[in-house]
Amino acid sequence: MAKLKVDGNEIDVPDHYTLLQAAEAGGAEVPRFCFHERLSIAGNCRMCLIEVKGGPPKPAASCAMGVRDLRPGPNGEAPEIFTNTPMVKKAREGVMEFLLINHPLDCPICDQGGECDLQDQAMAFGVDSSRYQENKRAVEDKYIGPLVKTIMNRCIHCTRCVRFTTEVAGISELGLIGRGEDAEITTYLEQAMTSELQGNVVDLCPVGALTSKPFAFTARPWELTKTESIDVMDAVGSAIRVDSRGREVMRIMPRVNDQVNEEWISDKTRFIWDGLRTQRLDRPYVRRNGSLAPATWPEAFAAIKDAVAKSAPDQIGAIAGDLAAVEEMYALKLLIQSLGSQNVDCRQDGAALDPSLGRGSYIFNPTIEGIEQADAILIVGANPRFEASVLNARIRKRYRMTEPLAVGVVGEAVDLRYPYEPLGAGPETLKELAAGRGGFFDVLKNAKHPMIIVGQGALARPDGAAVLGLAAKLAEAAGVVKDGWNGFAVLHTAAARVGGLDIGFVPGEGGRDVAGMLGGSDVLFLLGADELDLAKAEGAFVVYIGTHGDRGAHRADVILPAAAYTEKSGTYVNTEGRVQQTSRAGFAPGDAREDWAILRALSDVLGKRLPFDSLAQLRASLHQAHPHLAEIDEILPGSVADIGKAAQLGGALTKTAFASPVEDFYLTNPIARASAVMAECSALARGGFKQAAE
Amino acid sequence: MLQDKDRIFTNIYGLFDRSLKGAMARGQWDGTKAIIDKGRDWIINEMKASGLRGRGGAGFPTGLKWSFMPKQSDGRPSYLVVNADESEPGTCKDRDILRHDPHTLVEGCLVAGFAMGAVAAYIYVRGEFIREREALQRAIDEAYDARLIGKDNINGYDFDIYVHHGAGAYICGEETALLESLEGKKGQPRLKPPFPANMGLYGCPTTVNNVESIAVAPTILRRGAAWFSSIGRPNNVGTKLFMLVGHVNTPCTVEEAMGITFRELVEKHGGGIRGGWDNLLAVIPGGASCPVVKAEDIIDCPMDFDGLRERKSSFGTAAVIVMDKSTDIVKAIARLSYFFKHESCGQCTPCREGTGWMWRVMERLVRGEAQKREIDMLLDVTKQIEGHTICALGDAAAWPIQGLIRNFRPEIERRIDEFTRNAHRAEPVLVAAE
Repeated sequence: MAKLKVDGNEIDVPDHYTLLQAAEAGGAEVPRFCFHERLSIAGNCRMCLIEVKGGPPKPAASCAMGVRDLRPGPNGEAPEIFTNTPMVKKAREGVMEFLLINHPLDCPICDQGGECDLQDQAMAFGVDSSRYQENKRAVEDKYIGPLVKTIMNRCIHCTRCVRFTTEVAGISELGLIGRGEDAEITTYLEQAMTSELQGNVVDLCPVGALTSKPFAFTARPWELTKTESIDVMDAVGSAIRVDSRGREVMRIMPRVNDQVNEEWISDKTRFIWDGLRTQRLDRPYVRRNGSLAPATWPEAFAAIKDAVAKSAPDQIGAIAGDLAAVEEMYALKLLIQSLGSQNVDCRQDGAALDPSLGRGSYIFNPTIEGIEQADAILIVGANPRFEASVLNARIRKRYRMTEPLAVGVVGEAVDLRYPYEPLGAGPETLKELAAGRGGFFDVLKNAKHPMIIVGQGALARPDGAAVLGLAAKLAEAAGVVKDGWNGFAVLHTAAARVGGLDIGFVPGEGGRDVAGMLGGSDVLFLLGADELDLAKAEGAFVVYIGTHGDRGAHRADVILPAAAYTEKSGTYVNTEGRVQQTSRAGFAPGDAREDWAILRALSDVLGKRLPFDSLAQLRASLHQAHPHLAEIDEILPGSVADIGKAAQLGGALTKTAFASPVEDFYLTNPIARASAVMAECSALARGGFKQAAE
Repeated sequence: MLQDKDRIFTNIYGLFDRSLKGAMARGQWDGTKAIIDKGRDWIINEMKASGLRGRGGAGFPTGLKWSFMPKQSDGRPSYLVVNADESEPGTCKDRDILRHDPHTLVEGCLVAGFAMGAVAAYIYVRGEFIREREALQRAIDEAYDARLIGKDNINGYDFDIYVHHGAGAYICGEETALLESLEGKKGQPRLKPPFPANMGLYGCPTTVNNVESIAVAPTILRRGAAWFSSIGRPNNVGTKLFMLVGHVNTPCTVEEAMGITFRELVEKHGGGIRGGWDNLLAVIPGGASCPVVKAEDIIDCPMDFDGLRERKSSFGTAAVIVMDKSTDIVKAIARLSYFFKHESCGQCTPCREGTGWMWRVMERLVRGEAQKREIDMLLDVTKQIEGHTICALGDAAAWPIQGLIRNFRPEIERRIDEFTRNAHRAEPVLVAAE
């Protein structure tokens, strides 16, 4: 700890603090543009100048000077800094004037207006008028992709975007070229950025130089209703804020959650919102004479009742999709069970994860924050860059720390934004490692905090159980699981998956799994399940409960329109096993209802009334059955013994190489497939980002 | 006047043999091993005792700077970096050292490198200096061939010297920007602290010195600190390369004692002011970044750090830019403003935005197309830049204008008056063709 005085108040701050952080700790506000807690220090905006007692007769940049750099007074007094002296005031006003001389006065048409650091700080720390009489600088706008719009006249050269892309995103595609007042931020050749995290530069930009292209000119920040929620695009469960106007979601922003996403979100999370408006199912449909016709709720329920009545109980099944909340899965499971069937499954990709082995066998045990402690990581059959972009950024953050990080990959050799050692393509390499052979086994063995990340690409395959067994064996043999450290991590791709496994949304005794249900069921309930080969479900009466007119709805005999994740309060459990809840930012369109309410109403028609009339009652029942789901934001740790149980799994291995289940990052779920922005990104990515500047 | 026997640069005009043989004949590389054998501490103490102040402009005591280098390595190597990115307008001394007397520098690198425990020296040569780099490289190759430097050399200290050729940016003469450029990055100054003696080139302890500071070191050590400190005035000792440029009859680079008066310097070496002493208007005493000094203030001023500080200017690199009364002083300073605007790296706000602003106002002041209050505003803008930037380029851009306004405000006001008088000339009203 270091002692110092801020504006006369003596405080103690940690040694590694900068003067800016110390000043904030001392209660003084210090304006800044270039400084950002999660990026390296540039010290170039000069807005954070403060006065250091006994220093040179000029102000110091507080963001770049550590409290350790301060010298005590002649008699050992605590060093002293000031943030409110005339020197500081004058320095701030001067810098602010310089920032504004070439900044256009287009706040009324600027999308940053209302949430602009420059606007706010000019109000707080600037002077009221300009003395600048010359012409302002004009800078050409740049094309840097379909997501980020540039208005380069507004740029104040803080280089936050450059530092973010090089440090966090791991791409050297944005830079400052030229010098002096001709310096410009650009992608050099004006190509689209290739990062899945590029949308974050919009948040980082303190002015309106980089703004969201899809959101351009649609709304003002102060007219939006802000709802704190959780993202479901991947299994990371990033903290988000849904900004809506009326019923419509206008944009999605990240929230800070250091344990999960820090303050980054992926582009899919951020720009998905136009998919929430298109292709929506807003009324029930019933298939008549081969084609779907609009219907009322009672008609739709009656059609389902007929089909259920005609079917034998064990010919009824239910599959939960990737975006389903725990509540509706729980309700659906109860309903199917009350109909006398054990055919439920939430693993629509067929992943060989079995909740009976225990929670430790299917969650990301070391936690996302734990990645920062890891010193060796083995990635098996996963492409975290596409499957969990924000988690991948955490691995890159760990890689950039001082202590070296060894990363080995069994699976596809793709660009992960950090260097790694490709060890092999398929199960055979894993078998070798599990047998203690290969250099990387020793790396894991000698590491203090080794980690094995098993992706769905390794599990959602015929020999998935055997691969899981091998990975668990390797974890035990290489000391990945030991006292005080559980490095066995299963990386999920679906937001619904861990929650589904937690409540046992898997075939009960004698029940059939996804493949079995598709093979021969009379009645099949799809709870937003679209990533299936529904051609196999020939002859089945398909009830689709979901939000978008996607694969499932096309095949359905009855469509029950439901609410998307921004339109309901739902519990989701992320890949770490962290229980989180979304909040409703708006209502579902048309006749669409919340999923649990649909199931409750349907159960009444089917004569098997579910024992709850409200979401609160449903949750009470759910929490009684699964107490850990009541602990919001907490993780019920998986037991080490669970991995031992998983290690007993065996079976024949195939020779097929592991392949990530995410073929196209931008189109992984029905909402994304309905989004024009995602479609554009996807086309661009498929074309190798070759689109020329307009 | 400095006697020939006290000159350190004996071939500054390139009149004699520039090769190693010629340099040795003039006394260089003489007893280098003996100096090194006396040890690090002796060298640093001797340099401190000599009172040599850095010749790059700031005048920081060289011996003291060397003593900041770690005595005991923590595993990282130490480096000596020589700043030969001489780009200050008016300054041309390092250039003459590089092309005519390069062995003074090569020997200096070895001695200085030994004194600070450096494993290698990097000489960063300005991009425009093509022939100079070739001459320097030739000298280094000769020194390698003669086993004066390199591995297992006859001087008993393994030491390598590398020449790096810059790309011609003024800002790369700033020590940390130079290090960035050496590392292959964009030449933008670093934040200090940490200072280069802690975290310099490739994160290792580094000392950056001017060419002249290094080149004079061997001779000082050979002839003794007492000899060097006996020349000049206290706190401003030794000999120095002066550059007389501009409106003198014989512009030249000349080695002279510190503290020589301006009058003596010009009379002895410059052949007098063009048109006589009465024709002298002003002098920029230390290269483009120093404030201009009026004729009457400078004529009998001793040319050294303290003498010029008393005149509210600075000694800089001793590039004495002499301007006679034919000079448009406002335009001259406006041109310097353009230079600084052009060479600003664009990293930090006050310099990036302020240099362009100042230049544009200056251009208007040249024509008188301004309000008188804008003079004070301009002065205020220079104060807003000064001391608020990462490196000293902001200060350097501000000082010439401050000097101009301090010394020539009547001239600026006269132009404004004149322009205002003519602003409503009776000219035919232009009518657009219909």
